[in-house]
Amino acid sequence: MKVAVCVKQALEVSRYLEFTADGTRVDPAFVTTMVNEADLSAVEEALALVESAGDGEVVLFSAGEDGADEALRVALALGPQRAVRVWADGLALDDARTVGAALAQAIAAEAPDLVLCGVQSADTGQQSTGPVIAAAWGVPWVPVAHGLSLSGSTLTLHRDFEAGVTETVEVHLPAVVTIQVGANVPRYGTFKDKMRAKKADIPVVEPVGLPAPRMVVTRLTAAPGGSGRSLEMIKGGPADVAARIIALVREAN
Amino acid sequence: MSRCLVLAEVIDGALAAVTAEAVGAAVALGDEVVLAVAAADPDALVAAASFTGVTEIVTVAVGGSDRDHDLAKQIAAAVIADVAPDVVVAPFTIRSTSFGPALAHSLDLALVADAVALQRDEDGALTAIRSIYAGRVHAEVTFPTDRPVLALVRPSVWVPADVGSPVASRSLAVDVEPSKVRALDLVRPSGDVDLTRADVIFSIGRGVGSQENIAAFADVAERLGVALAASRPVVDAGWLPAVHQVGQTGVTVKPRLYVAFGISGALHHLAGMQNSKTILAVNTDGDAPIFGYADLGAVADVHEVVEQLQSLI
Ligand SMILES: Cc1cc2nc3c(=O)[nH]c(=O)nc-3n(C[C@H](O)[C@H](O)[C@H](O)COP(=O)(O)OP(=O)(O)OC[C@H]3O[C@@H](n4cnc5c(N)ncnc54)[C@H](O)[C@@H]3O)c2cc1C
Repeated sequence: MKVAVCVKQALEVSRYLEFTADGTRVDPAFVTTMVNEADLSAVEEALALVESAGDGEVVLFSAGEDGADEALRVALALGPQRAVRVWADGLALDDARTVGAALAQAIAAEAPDLVLCGVQSADTGQQSTGPVIAAAWGVPWVPVAHGLSLSGSTLTLHRDFEAGVTETVEVHLPAVVTIQVGANVPRYGTFKDKMRAKKADIPVVEPVGLPAPRMVVTRLTAAPGGSGRSLEMIKGGPADVAARIIALVREAN
Repeated sequence: MSRCLVLAEVIDGALAAVTAEAVGAAVALGDEVVLAVAAADPDALVAAASFTGVTEIVTVAVGGSDRDHDLAKQIAAAVIADVAPDVVVAPFTIRSTSFGPALAHSLDLALVADAVALQRDEDGALTAIRSIYAGRVHAEVTFPTDRPVLALVRPSVWVPADVGSPVASRSLAVDVEPSKVRALDLVRPSGDVDLTRADVIFSIGRGVGSQENIAAFADVAERLGVALAASRPVVDAGWLPAVHQVGQTGVTVKPRLYVAFGISGALHHLAGMQNSKTILAVNTDGDAPIFGYADLGAVADVHEVVEQLQSLI
């Protein structure tokens, strides 16, 4: 069986930050990057499914500029066979529809049995890429899922809802599934996989004929403080913190 | 005047509270607002859906579960074809996000997910704000084409619309194809813990490090007579049963005091506790987003703090 997994290089920004001159990006000096957490769980889920199927391959996809190769290499080190980067000059990565349509083109060309994505990217949190890929590729999908098992071409899995409700559902392949954060504990790759990941040749596939982006980011600003609460930092060491907690508990209980 | 269609969220046959907020967002845009209610018995929901500012309710009788996103997408597509809105508003919830982005692709709608503000500029064009990078950055977005916009709006941001005098409703018959996703089994949370009644909650996150470390927190919680809760990773790891989980896919709590030990403050966790009266956060990372939502904070190691708690009680 062939499983495609989409991964993304997610950004984390510091509390103090500045923006690029055009105002649409955070200045890279205030950014650190990491592979999106849920995507690594998607990779783990894919590797486990292929293992229990007995044979097959896991192919990674990421839409982005050169930097996306880094995320692909980190994910390759867990054990997937190949990686493909999807990019065309000016590809509108802010628009989930564009990203989903671009990935769907590259994925369709590989005709996998199953596509897994992380439920959302930790940085921009749209929860949209997976469902868009499914619609663009024309297959069913199941979002916010965990506990996948395959029997023939029937996939059984659990999907989460608000307030702790979990539903078990069944879908026929090919399908797209988005994997919930924490669905599993991703493996550490073997030394051999890590070496292979470092040297892997990552071809670039160029999407064609995509429509103009329907949504564009025009300006970023530092968000006004979270909640309107004013924060008081407790002075002193752990003993002072503990004493304050106990005083507050006694007041509230 | 532009026309805004709101897709009501129905959970277990009842209108969910986020629907009133989505209507609030739509009414605030100053548009004509049509509300679509799809449910097994939608007519029973018309009174509860008669929000002030809604000009018409379109009901759709559905022969399947309100958790089925394949059906939800087909129904939304039919209502959009019928109402021909400029803007479609639905809540940014698991149900709506399950079909919304796919619907946007199929109908070629512009998509903005998890919007925290919607506005019209001087020319009447819709603009939106998304909150990104752990809430640190606001992204202003525009929609450069003339395609209708699907806006999924973040819960607990807009003031909910009030229910007013009865709104005229009409029913729309929608033929749906059978869902491609088959539901087998449903599990609702159960257990003898009821966090919603607790006055004080000690909540532990991934920062506690390991299952062994939980004992100390359970001990102080018990001795102080407060409830023990957790973020999702603690439950995923099997360190505590699911009834202890606070957040979007857990319990929503509003205690007088919520103490977060080693919790970063992800949006999904905040969704379950941000209305607590007093929030105290202990975290080794002074930069953790949780401090933006707390009244009291300490940059400290939770293990040292819990040790001190144990010796003080
Ligand atoms: C659809 C969906 C639904 C979700 N539903 C929920 C939900 O219901 N509830 C929920 O909680 N999450 C939910 N999540 C997951 C959520 O996005 C976060 O991943 C999760 O809340 C993070 O938990 P955490 O803060 O414990 O862990 P982390 O984000 O890993 O944070 C751990 C924190 O501990 C601190 N720390 C580490 N060591 C120490 C120490 N020794 N002392 C003090 N501090 C320390 C770190 O600085 C860090 O801030 C959901 C996600 C999705 C996509």
